[in-house]
Amino acid sequence: MTNTPKAEILISKGGFWFPEAISTQAHQVDQIFHFILWASIILFLILTVVVGYFLYKYKRTPENTYAKKHVTHNNVLEITWTVIPLVLVLFIFYWGYSGYLKMTIPPANASEIRVTGRKWMWQFDYPNGNKSIGELVVPVHTPIRLVMSSEDVLHSFFVPNFRVKRDLVPNRYTRIWFEAKRTGNFQIFCAEFCGDGHSDMMGVVRVVTASEYQKWLKESGAAASEGVPLDQLGEKLYTSKGCNACHSTDGSAKVGPSWKGIYGATHTLASGQTVKVDDNYIRESMVDPKAKVTAGFQPVMPPFAGLLNDREIAGLIEYIKKLK
Amino acid sequence: MSESAPVKDNYLNSPKGIWSWIYTLDHKRIGIMYLAAISVAFILGGIFALLLRLEHLNPGPLLFTAKQYNQLFTLHGAIMVFLFIVPSIPASLGNFILPMQLGAKDVAFPRLNLTSYYIYLIGAIFCIYSMIAGAADTGWTFYTPYSSTTDTSVISMTLGAFILGFSSILTGINFLVTIHKMRAPGMSWFKMPLFIWALYATAIIQVLATPVLAITLLLLVLERTMNIGIFNPALGGDPVLFEHFFWFYSHPAVYIMILPAMGVISELITAFCKRDIFGYKLVAYSSIAIAIIAFLVWGHHLFVSGQSDAANSIFSLLTFLVGIPSGIKVFNWIATMYKGTIDFKTPFLYALSFLALFCIGGFTGIMLGALSFDVFAHDTYFVVAHFHYVMMGGVVMAFLGGLHYWWPKMFGKMYSEFWGRIACALIFIGFNMVFFTQFILGSKGMPRRYFNYLDQYQPLHAFSTYGSWVLGLGLLLVLIYLIDSLVDGKPAPANPWGALTLEWQTDSPPITENFTHTPEVHHGPYAFDKVKPS
Ligand code: HEC
Ligand SMILES: [Cu+2]
Ligand SMILES: [Cu+2]
Repeated sequence: MTNTPKAEILISKGGFWFPEAISTQAHQVDQIFHFILWASIILFLILTVVVGYFLYKYKRTPENTYAKKHVTHNNVLEITWTVIPLVLVLFIFYWGYSGYLKMTIPPANASEIRVTGRKWMWQFDYPNGNKSIGELVVPVHTPIRLVMSSEDVLHSFFVPNFRVKRDLVPNRYTRIWFEAKRTGNFQIFCAEFCGDGHSDMMGVVRVVTASEYQKWLKESGAAASEGVPLDQLGEKLYTSKGCNACHSTDGSAKVGPSWKGIYGATHTLASGQTVKVDDNYIRESMVDPKAKVTAGFQPVMPPFAGLLNDREIAGLIEYIKKLK
Repeated sequence: MSESAPVKDNYLNSPKGIWSWIYTLDHKRIGIMYLAAISVAFILGGIFALLLRLEHLNPGPLLFTAKQYNQLFTLHGAIMVFLFIVPSIPASLGNFILPMQLGAKDVAFPRLNLTSYYIYLIGAIFCIYSMIAGAADTGWTFYTPYSSTTDTSVISMTLGAFILGFSSILTGINFLVTIHKMRAPGMSWFKMPLFIWALYATAIIQVLATPVLAITLLLLVLERTMNIGIFNPALGGDPVLFEHFFWFYSHPAVYIMILPAMGVISELITAFCKRDIFGYKLVAYSSIAIAIIAFLVWGHHLFVSGQSDAANSIFSLLTFLVGIPSGIKVFNWIATMYKGTIDFKTPFLYALSFLALFCIGGFTGIMLGALSFDVFAHDTYFVVAHFHYVMMGGVVMAFLGGLHYWWPKMFGKMYSEFWGRIACALIFIGFNMVFFTQFILGSKGMPRRYFNYLDQYQPLHAFSTYGSWVLGLGLLLVLIYLIDSLVDGKPAPANPWGALTLEWQTDSPPITENFTHTPEVHHGPYAFDKVKPS
């Protein structure tokens, strides 16, 4: 069994500026950027040469102590450098605008996946009732429409390889769409500041072939975990359900307490009481985290009731047990 | 000391005593007090910035926890924006120079001027209190519903910003009236220095936009304290409304910061080329044009927020239009060098740095104005780099240039030209190391406000951090040699640069009344052709 796959690297794959362009719309973002970039470089070089020449030619020397001429107007020049930039930016505007519409308005045949953001995890709901956390599985060469909302504060769904980004707003649905050009695993970031776990609120888009996708839809969920030893199942869930955003397994505290060595230990709660960390306590911590809040931590863990079945809960408990 | 000529009476030494400063109504003293206060703010915000960069030397925790990091970048932003950049040029240099450039004895309402200063101090106290009492961790933008729900001291920080807003409004009103009513005989509108035009445009924005920020922040405080649902969806409010309100002020605020900087650059370039400005009216009008269009582009901060596509396209179009007057100014400044006599003194070096960095800030602004690219770059380091090129590469460079330019006038002392040039070079190099790198980080997808980051970004982050040390060293040098000049500097002549605006016609430092006789104005502020070449 594999953990949530690692995303492909952003920084060395692709060109000098951008990560590799994976969605069908990505190239036009890169094109408009490169157009403005080169226009800017050319203009900047021209200005540098002109300024450099002036600085050299007209520097103050004993022979050049006062300005030889005071040109204060030149209508032709002034009109030129107003009109040319104006035409250029209007052109850029139109280009950016039409590209934006293409990126925003999904094709009619796009299939829909719901995205829910909450501190600090991504949840994806598929048409057939499947759920996944932290990992969005989509078929290649298929337009996918995401309908997104947040359960708490603002988040922003950002996949650099696809050049898409949109905020998730509570009480409101926002949309984006994309079509991946090849299979692979691509990084998801949260791009809107959302608190302590903001930079850990990552995920992966796993682009698979259409047949793998169908297989995944059928096999994932409850059935998939059959046959996997419980502790291995727990280890897998630790990343695939997004526990790793807040819990470490090496003793270092993140947003939540580390799991290392907690099984069997006695913990102090925010209420001042103490509890022994046993199976029941761990189960309750997952399905109703606010019931007993560990001292020194904020009550920010999302409830996983309904997101984990009994076997999965058991798997996580076994995994935590093993982390001595 | 004993053999030198007795020191003449000037605004610095008469009247004497600490109370004569605390109660002073002299615009020059108030300007100096602002200068001291914003310098402290700049140093504090700068230390926070260095710490933030240090944390990013490696991924994973180094110095801070995630929460402390979030508090630090909030403090860095809030202090730099509200306590430093917004008041920087207008309230310090502007207060000192504006009445003198107009040939006036003081601003129109000296008491109001002192009141603004103390309001500023009270606002600053709130911000500092927030720092000690569980500093806010919302980012300087205070986006809801995070800011309505976090347990940090958002209220004192927003109240601080609220109060600072009033200081800004009052300074704006004061300048507007002063410019209208107190110009020296003969100084028609088109004989005003361009710095005055810039401050005039700035004051319009300050007076019209700041109240919206005040209302917004007050609503936020009401929501937090009395649970009135305005922005928080849990109470039935709308978080996107907050973004609109916030940027309705904060985008024009960008121009509150940059317009005075442009004014300074017009002064520096004419003074060090000893040449009349190219296209005076166009430069003056473009300040006003910017002030007007600046009100209509706030929505470009909301391109990915869920704002409608129609709104997005209109805001994108208007954003491009606001770039045009800024471009015109750059061309005019460059044309002003033509056939001048260019003197590479420190202030002029800052003006050149400004031109280069502001152009890069502007070009990347055009990129971000393009809707499709902004969807990708929004909330990444690309945006961080862009606005630092405009705010630091633009405003701070112009501020430093102006500070060096008017330093002899303010204190009657010359600083070390040698160290001045070295420091300017260090700042320029360090700045580009820090922020050009961040363009690449951003285009590679690195989101902003990230405590932790993927290992693959480490080399770029580390390079940016090294740059911050060069930049910090350059700024530290400035602090050292400027303070040193107060003690050891050569006495400054009345007009060390041979500039023509009125402030140079009186002693350095000036007497309390500025001028012994009210000056009369017969020609434009840069009419170097009318004065005999010497
Ligand atoms: C958003 C961050 C976050 C995520 C995601 C998260 N937790 Fe937690 N968790 C916390 C915090 C904070 C605490 C401590 C406060 C509390 O007890 O509620 C905690 C406490 C716990 C505890 C009790 C630990 C102790 O030492 O008392 C367990 C067990 C636990 N979480 C399991 C999980 C599991 C299993 C998952 C994934 C399915 C998960 N958590 C996901 C934040 C998170
Ligand atoms: Cu986030
Ligand atoms: Cu803006």
